[in-house]
Order: sequence, then C-alpha cells, then structure tokens
Amino acid sequence: MSLALNESDITRALTRISHEILERNSGSTQITILGIPTRGAHLAHRLASIIEGIEGVPVQVGTLDITLHRDDLRLRAPRPLMETSIPTQGVEGRTVVLVDDVLFSGRTVRSALDALGEIGRPMRVQLAVLVDRGHRELPIKADFVGKNLPTSKSQSVKVSLREHDGIDEVRIDGSDAELSADAGSKS
Amino acid sequence: MKHLLSINDIDKDFALTILDTAAEMAKVSEGPVKKLPTLRGKTVVNLFAEDSTRTRISFEAAAKRLSADVINFTAKGSSISKGESLKDTAQTLQALGADAVVIRHPASGAAHRLAQGKWINGTVINAGDGTHEHPSQALLDAYTIRKHLCGGRGDLSGLHIAIVGDILHSRVARSNVLLLTKLGANVTLVAPPTLLPHQVEQWPVKVSFDFNAVLPTVDAVIMLRIQQERMSDLYFPSEREYSTLFGIDSERLALTKPKSILMHPGPMNRGLEISAEAADSDKSVVVEQVANGVSIRMAILYLFIAGSQESVNG
Amino acid sequence: MVNSILIKGGSISGGKKADVLIAHGLISEIAESINTSADQVIDAAGFILLPGFVDLHTHLREPGRENSETIATGSLAAARGGYVAVSAMANTLPVADNSAIVEQVAAIGKSVGLVDVFPIGAVTKNLEGRELADLGSMANSRAQVRVFSDDGNCVSDPLMMRRALEYVKQFDGVIAQHAQDPRLTEDAQMNEGIVASTLGLKGWPAVAEELIIARDILLANMVGARLHICHVTTAGGVEIIRWAKAQGMKVTAEVTPHHLLLTDELATSYDPIYKVNPPLRTQNDVDALRQGLVDGTIDIIGTDHAPHPVESKECEWQNAAFGMVGLETAFPILYTTLISTGRLSWERAIEVMSSNPAKIAGYQSHGRPLQVGEPAHIAIINPAGVLTVDRAQLASKSKNTPFHGMEFQGTVVATVFNGHLTHQGELRSGSHE
Repeated sequence: MSLALNESDITRALTRISHEILERNSGSTQITILGIPTRGAHLAHRLASIIEGIEGVPVQVGTLDITLHRDDLRLRAPRPLMETSIPTQGVEGRTVVLVDDVLFSGRTVRSALDALGEIGRPMRVQLAVLVDRGHRELPIKADFVGKNLPTSKSQSVKVSLREHDGIDEVRIDGSDAELSADAGSKS
Repeated sequence: MKHLLSINDIDKDFALTILDTAAEMAKVSEGPVKKLPTLRGKTVVNLFAEDSTRTRISFEAAAKRLSADVINFTAKGSSISKGESLKDTAQTLQALGADAVVIRHPASGAAHRLAQGKWINGTVINAGDGTHEHPSQALLDAYTIRKHLCGGRGDLSGLHIAIVGDILHSRVARSNVLLLTKLGANVTLVAPPTLLPHQVEQWPVKVSFDFNAVLPTVDAVIMLRIQQERMSDLYFPSEREYSTLFGIDSERLALTKPKSILMHPGPMNRGLEISAEAADSDKSVVVEQVANGVSIRMAILYLFIAGSQESVNG
Repeated sequence: MVNSILIKGGSISGGKKADVLIAHGLISEIAESINTSADQVIDAAGFILLPGFVDLHTHLREPGRENSETIATGSLAAARGGYVAVSAMANTLPVADNSAIVEQVAAIGKSVGLVDVFPIGAVTKNLEGRELADLGSMANSRAQVRVFSDDGNCVSDPLMMRRALEYVKQFDGVIAQHAQDPRLTEDAQMNEGIVASTLGLKGWPAVAEELIIARDILLANMVGARLHICHVTTAGGVEIIRWAKAQGMKVTAEVTPHHLLLTDELATSYDPIYKVNPPLRTQNDVDALRQGLVDGTIDIIGTDHAPHPVESKECEWQNAAFGMVGLETAFPILYTTLISTGRLSWERAIEVMSSNPAKIAGYQSHGRPLQVGEPAHIAIINPAGVLTVDRAQLASKSKNTPFHGMEFQGTVVATVFNGHLTHQGELRSGSHE
C-alpha cells in the first residue's frame, strides 16, 4: 500500500480548492457547501472553515445523504441512513458545491444530484473532490480536484481523515502491476 | 433478518437504526418532493384480512413514497372473505412476485405462518396479528416518545411509560412491552386484573391497578382502545366503571409531569378510555403518531426490502 | 396361508428368553428351544415379546371423515404400532350414538382384520349433551359396547353425567370423560400460561380440566359407578386422581404419549401441528404425568390418535383442527421416555399398554399374559431399534404427527394378531427348521 498524499498534501490541496471556489464564484456569499457523508462531510466542513478564514464571514455548509438514491441498493444489504442537514438558507437559487472524498465511477455524484433535486432547485451545482482516480462510468466531471491519481480498476483508494480515522492521508492499495496486466488482457 | 414478525426479531441496535432511519425519512416527508426512488421496481402487497384503514394507508403511503408498486389485498370483497386459505392467498401473492407482504390478520401468528418459508419467498412484515403483536406500531410509539422526551436521539433509558387498558387482548401492548423495555424504559401496565394476561408477572414490567398512583411518575401514557364487547365477556361490570377507574381525563392528565405525553394507537373511543379534553390537550400526541407512522414504515420497508436478502443474510 | 409361526429367542415380557410357537391363533407352546417346523420362523434374538397393545382412545374417522382416516388405514397404523385392539371414538359423522353405527364400525373392523376394532358409544345423542344416547341398545348390540364417551366434547352437565354413570352400571359399562369445562375454555387455543400470554393465543386453563375430574370422581363415587378419565394433562389432575385412588374410589386414568413428551413451548412456532385438545402443558405437568404413570395413579396410555387432513393444519393456528396422530409412535415414545431410563418396568409397561386398557374396557381376549393357550396377540419390540419419524412413511391416512424428524428408541418390529403377522418391520429373515 503506497502513500499518495500525506497530511500537509491534503491541507495544501484543500487550501487551493478553497481559493479556486472563491475565485470561480466571486466570493462566498452565494455558495452552499454540501458534503456527502461520511468523509465528504468532513471535507466540506474543512473547506468551509478555510473559506471563512479567508473571507471573514460565515459560510453555508451542510451534509447530503445519498443512500436512498443509490442505484446499487438492490445489490447490497440496506445500510443505515446518514444525516442530511441543509443549512438555513436552503439550496434554492444558490450555488451548491458538492464535496466528496474520491471521484470514481461518478455514480455517487449522480445520486447526489438526484437527492439535491428533492431539496430544491439550486442555480448551479459544482463538484469538489479530494481525489480523482479516473474510471468514470457516467458523464460527470469535477470542477475542483485536489489530486488526480491514475489507478487501475482493481486498486482501491483509501482516504483517511483525522475526524473519522484519526489521521490525514490517502493511500493506494494494490500494485500498479495490475494496471499493465489489465492493459495486457485487453490487447 | 428477513422478516419483521415480532419485536423479538430485532435487537436493540437494530431498533435504534430503525428509529434513526425514520428520522431521516421524516425529513423527506417534510421536503417539497415527497418521493424517493429507493424501492423502484419492488412490489409491496398489503394483505389486510382484517379491516384497518389507518394502518393500511400508512403502509401504502410509506411504500409509495419509496416508489414501490403497491397492491392492496383487503378483506372486503376479496377471496379472503370468501374463505380462501392463507396458503392459497400466499401462493397467489408469490405468483404476483411480491417482494414484501405487509399482513394484518385476525389470527395470532398469521404472519409467522406466512413467513415459515414454504408458501412465499418475500419478506413478511407483521402489521398486526390477532392479539399477538404489532411491531410497527410499537416502533412508531418509541419514535414518538424519543422525539419528545429524548431529543430524538439514543435510547429510552430512565423513562417511565404506562400502558393502560386491555393488555390481555392488545397486540400493541405486547409489542410495546418488548420494545420499550429493550430500549431501557421502565414500563408499568395499568389494567383491571381481568384484562391482564395470565402470569404477566413474568414479563419485565410492573403492574398496577391504581392509575392515579402511577401517573405522577410517568413520562408517557399509552392508552389502549377498549372493545365494547369485552363487557359482555364479563371482563368489567360497566363502561362507566371502566372509564372511572382506567380512563384518562383532564384531571388525571393534570397529575402527570408537565412534559409528559399522552398517546393512543387509535381509533379512540372518546368518552370511554379517553375523554375528549384529554385527547385534544397539549399533551396529546395522537395526531403526530399517525405522521410518525409513515416515517417508521418507510424505514422498515427500506431496511427490510431495499437490498438483496443474500447480502443481508451473508 | 400362514398357520403357524415360530418366534425364536425373544425375551418373554422382558423376562427370560424362550421360543414361542403359535398355531391356530393361540400360543401353543413356550419352551427354551422349540425345533418343530412352522410356516414362518422369526428370529427374535435381542427382541422382547409383549402382549399386543390395546388402545382405548382412537379416532378412526369412519364413517363420515374418510378423507382423514378409514377403519382400514387406521387399523394398519395400529398394527404398525404393535396394537391388536383399538377403541373407535364415537365422534364420527354420523355420531356413533346408536346400535346401527356401532355395529357397522365393528363389522368393517372385522372385515379389515388387522386389529380388533371396538366401537365406543356416545354418551349423549349427537354428542350434544342434551339427551342420553341409546346406551342400552349399543351395549346389547352385536358390538357389545361397554365404553361410552362424548370425547371431543365434555359431558359438562353434572346431572347428565350422573345419570350416564348410573345407567351404564346395569351392563358394567364405563364412562370415559373428556374433562373440559366448556365455559372456561371458550375459543381456547392452548395451555393458559406465560407462553399463551406472550403469543396472544387464548388460554386453556388447567383448572378447566381439573374441576371436571374432581366433580366426576365425586359423582362416580356417590353412585358407585366406574369412571375413566381420558387424556389427563395437568399436575393438578394427577394429584386429584391420586387422592381419589387413595380413598378407594373407582376411577381410572389415561395419558397420551404426546402429553408425556411435549410442552406448550412448541406453540411458539405457531405451527398447528402442535395444536391438540387437551393442549400441551408445561414441563411441570409432563413430569407429574410421568410420575403418575410410574406410580400407578395413571392406569393406561391412550393414543388419542386424531387424524386430520393436511388442509386442517396448513393454516393459521386458531383456524386449525385439534389433534395429532399417534398409533405408530406410542410405544417408541414410552420406551424412550420411561422404559429405557429404567423408570418404568416391563411389567408396568405391559399394564399400561395392554392389560389395564383391556380390563377397563372389558376386552376379554386382550391384555392376557403370554402363556400357552392364550390368544396369540403379540408385539415384538427391538429395544435397540431407532425410529426416525417420517410423516411420509406413516400408514395413517393423515400425516399430522408432531414427531416428524424426531428420533426414538425402541421399535415395534412385528405384530401378531390372532396368530397372524399384521406388521413386519425390520425383521431378520429366519430360517425354516
């Protein structure tokens, strides 16, 4: 298992993303940051506090559980729902920044867009992720990316965050030998 | 677990998961779009061999909010009322491809019979069987109590809950005794001795014949419906006497703690076990129980049928 | 045609080993070693020969409910269980409350020829408890009925019970009472206790049985009549009968194999296969029944063999029929629970399975000791045999056994009725001498 990002890499990435969000949206007054539980929610709060530090005003931040909108529900055991908490100004007419830890197939983000649609009609939706590991199965693209990590499909990317796992790091599990093996099998 | 037949089928952790899930489901019901795609493609059959409009509507609303297809199979005018056996009915439902059967039946144990695995593959949800159990009612009662008295979180440790009335014939009481004690509450049954089950002292509850003595320490009072025909079966001398000894009115309600709540699974006999003033008082959460029922049933349907059972069992 | 049977090497009534020669329906010789030739030779080494069993409580369902059982299928089930005589309960359709029905039942039983079928007459017309049935004409009919019972129903009216007890004295009859106070058991589904309370099934209090037992013992004693209590199920009932016997009162009592083994806990499955009248009780009751059987308070095992078609059990508990089949499993249950553990002697086993029921009912050719000159009614037992109950293998037309899948020790390997083999199970083939 190899270390892809350490604590300071993560902090730097989040700081950069915060600036990009502010730049893209001309400040923080129109944005609502919604994290996808579990780790996306922690990242959302970190982004919010960085942005607050920069702008000096409170940021609308919350969480959005997407469990009931997953398209793989029937393939796995039902899981307990995570909390959805929408900040006071809601999402109507606002710029929602969805936050997740890893962007992979894109199915989670699709579910999140469905879940968001039930809460209201934002003016626009942007996507911020800590890691983009490729292998999209849906036409979805992140607006803000902490780090692009090329991986094979059989590898797994493990994000750990202080709030949940006691440590900040991103690791890749499995060797990229499988990447070439994968490629070989296709030839 | 595959079926919800009795509160005994679920442990404390899973009971809390159901309550937590219901809390999230309640948010859906409060939002502008009251429909989730969660059970798209699943078929839920409401098999109601006994009339119970409110429970059926509650399960139907829950299933529809989760986008399940709902088939109602009710007593009146159906083959059930024409003497078709439970087995034949079950096999019909199996042929319809029911993923879940929500069953209400006048016979105790009917849900168990349906779930014994030979007639039907789907999940069986007991929506009240004879005088046995009514698990979803107990869960919605626990949810309501937790919301009002525990800030909507955790278990019910330290609460004192009185269940009052015809315990002997009440499926609501049986499920509530199991669930509320499982969640840490202290339960006192208040009833005339004739309406208590034999050897009730073996249940994990206290028993009292003195309603007024119990009231000052209770956090929640669950009143049970008294069937009029019990009187002719010699369980008590008269409605008036029953009402005097075991009914709740505003005077009795005044004996309870300021923050206590008054519950009733419905339908109420106003003027018999509950006075109109008590039913409509600030402490009464009867109407809210109905709303909570939908959230609880959404949670049950989601947790029991959304996923593949292979994964659940494996 | 087999005219003679030689049974070699079995233990006679659990005692010494001997060869037994049967000819012309009688036991013609018992000796340490018999070497005469016979039409059939049975190697009974390691087996035990007991007097053929007599059941005082059998529902054969014919006439009227032949979809559950017929006299033919019930007779075969009886033979498989080691029985040579059964007593056909009166609750048929129509009810056996007149001489025509009892003669018909007896005649069909005779033509089947696998066991003696003795009809029991109803106490009251149509089992309704309102008028006495034709007790005298049934007694004087060719069926010679001596046992009368409304079984399934209790003769609950005390005056009716008194009259019946008195009336049958003229032909030394006996009333077999199904002790169940009807008012205390309205809609009752199972034993009243913590299990019923938890399951929400209407309770059947022990006292509903016990107060009828007590009442009828006092009535029978007052009028000097013979009373037999069917299927005692409660510890309290055993205690009352023990008291009555200590007073010298003329009462006999019966217990079923299922009440010696099963408890009300089984109802937690809601499987009506465990629904029976009277209901399964608690372990405390089971223990008292076993003790009663051992110490002589209870006189006999009665099967209460109660066949029901599959649809009567494949339903909700409260809509299901009461009853279990029991002829084919009675002895293995008795052996496993009480004989193999040494609590019940062979001598006492013979009494409860054969001689006592024959005595109570007045079946004179039955329950006789295995001696030269006696009718050849023999059950051959393999104490080491294991029976795994398989409902599909039952001879009974109905398969409502609560023992499916259970294992019992002590099998009936053969039954001889009137000198003929009516059942051969796992017999080793014997050699002709």
